[in-house]
Amino acid sequence: MANIAELKSIASQVRRDIVRQVADAQSGHPGGSLGCADLLVALYFETMKHDTSFSMSGDQEDMFYLSNGHISPVWYSVLARSGYFPVKELATFRQLNTRLQGHPTTHEGLPGVRTASGSLGQGLSVAIGAALAKKLNNDPQLVFCLMGDGEQEEGQVWEAVMFAPHNKVDNLIAIVDRNNQQIDGSLDEVLDIGDLGEKYAAFGWEVLRMDGNNMEEVVATLAKAKSLTGKGKPIFIDMKTEMGKGVDYMEGTHKWHGKAPDAELTAKAMAQLEETLGDY
Amino acid sequence: MLDNIKSTGKKATRDGFGAGIDAISAENDQVVVLTADLAGSLKIQNFIDNYPERYFQIGIAEANMMGIAAGLANGGKIPYTTTFANFSTGRVYDQIRQSIAYSHKNVKICASHAGLTLGEDGATHQILEDLGMMRMLPGMTVINPCDYHQTKAAAIAIAHHDGPVYLRFGRPSWPMFTEDMPFEIGKALHMAEGTDISIFATGHMVWQAVEAAKELAKEGISVDLVNIHTIKPLDEEAILASVKKTGCAVSCEEHNRMGGLGDAIAQVLTGNHPVPQEFVAVNDSFGESGTPAELLDKYGLSVADVVKAAKRALARK
Repeated sequence: MANIAELKSIASQVRRDIVRQVADAQSGHPGGSLGCADLLVALYFETMKHDTSFSMSGDQEDMFYLSNGHISPVWYSVLARSGYFPVKELATFRQLNTRLQGHPTTHEGLPGVRTASGSLGQGLSVAIGAALAKKLNNDPQLVFCLMGDGEQEEGQVWEAVMFAPHNKVDNLIAIVDRNNQQIDGSLDEVLDIGDLGEKYAAFGWEVLRMDGNNMEEVVATLAKAKSLTGKGKPIFIDMKTEMGKGVDYMEGTHKWHGKAPDAELTAKAMAQLEETLGDY
Repeated sequence: MLDNIKSTGKKATRDGFGAGIDAISAENDQVVVLTADLAGSLKIQNFIDNYPERYFQIGIAEANMMGIAAGLANGGKIPYTTTFANFSTGRVYDQIRQSIAYSHKNVKICASHAGLTLGEDGATHQILEDLGMMRMLPGMTVINPCDYHQTKAAAIAIAHHDGPVYLRFGRPSWPMFTEDMPFEIGKALHMAEGTDISIFATGHMVWQAVEAAKELAKEGISVDLVNIHTIKPLDEEAILASVKKTGCAVSCEEHNRMGGLGDAIAQVLTGNHPVPQEFVAVNDSFGESGTPAELLDKYGLSVADVVKAAKRALARK
């Protein structure tokens, strides 16, 4: 078990990886990736039981589905740093012939990815299917799914939100990155989704809330979420984060949702993020 | 050979699907069935009674159904999704594209009530574009069986095929005539040997083509009749072997003339062995309410239309 200081140290390196991937490719989505770095580090280095030798079926393992696939840089970094593939492969992000496509896919055989995502609103349905398969297989492990908050504007999400409690999919933990930013502005301006916790609770989910940029709280809340599984209800975590967390000029604005920093701003970001595990 | 093709009675292709599900689910416990509030129409009640734990009622939420099917496939299951063809394709194209086709998931998309023969419900439900949409997806296998027996055989065979499949069938009672004939995915069924013209037909239109071939035989025109149940991958070898013999072709499908079997065959012919081809298909329009027979007649898919198309093709040789 990693301690909180170790997890924070890994998250710092992951944030460096995110900025460097996007800067090298001069495309990609740094804002949401930085905001979710603490969650993904906690999941892969603390919460989930998983095997980096990777099997598509994930039998007897916890599974993670990234529904908001545009934050691929954070997932790629965490997968690589966990040992799913060589860390140096991060240098190929978004390049021709890469396994690290702009949005995650199984198509090029990247270990760790089980279903393509990027077109929003689909991941929770897939995660429910994976959770149902685990029940049929008498596999006691869990399925985690991360979605974006702007993604909650997609209708399919609510088909899935309605389905899971009705069918007692209680081996599922869904998390929404509530950074309140989408491409065209804040959610308040574009299309307000209101209090998500209340909405999921109304559909019959067990609801938790956490500060997704506070590692102690993330680890504790994920542990609490695990303890609530198997009791007839799916679990929802309303996770407040700051878009761009860790890079001051990217924090709290939608402007870095899908934009790469130039050389000068990349250097500025690097100065704010400690290199803890060695850059690729 | 043509004279040996006889109807042994009528049953719907969807009944054949239900019978196929009964057979494959008993044989393979990884088969699971999902529906979006159309269990009765898709004839899966026996499966529900026999294997309730492998049955998933999704509700009227087809997008969610496609995603759940993809997730079940990840866990080693062989999911069959069941709803009408319209809601199996156009409504959920992006879900199929990303979560199933691009992700190469072993999902069987089983679609009833395809085409005009859905009948009285009208154009909102009579999809005529589904074969085109599904053909265009890389890695998708597309099958449109012609009667009860072939649909049953296809429903069984797709469980043994690794990868996404679109299986299209229909609502009305329809002549049964393939009971003792083989079925193999991707392999055209050569139904009658002929020398003057090739008729390539799929789905309900195979029976129309059989009747048309018998009419043409009376006039001394010899039809090489090929049932193309698998539209993708297409049995190019069988198509080319036939037209090399006959020198002209008619394609018959209960689908828009764009994007379906006719287009697929035209690509094979133009690239390998150009011969005149006539299309029996819906001429780029929506359908409407009516009985299946009335609609096939009005939209140019009757037996007489197949005969006329054959004569046009012959005249162009």
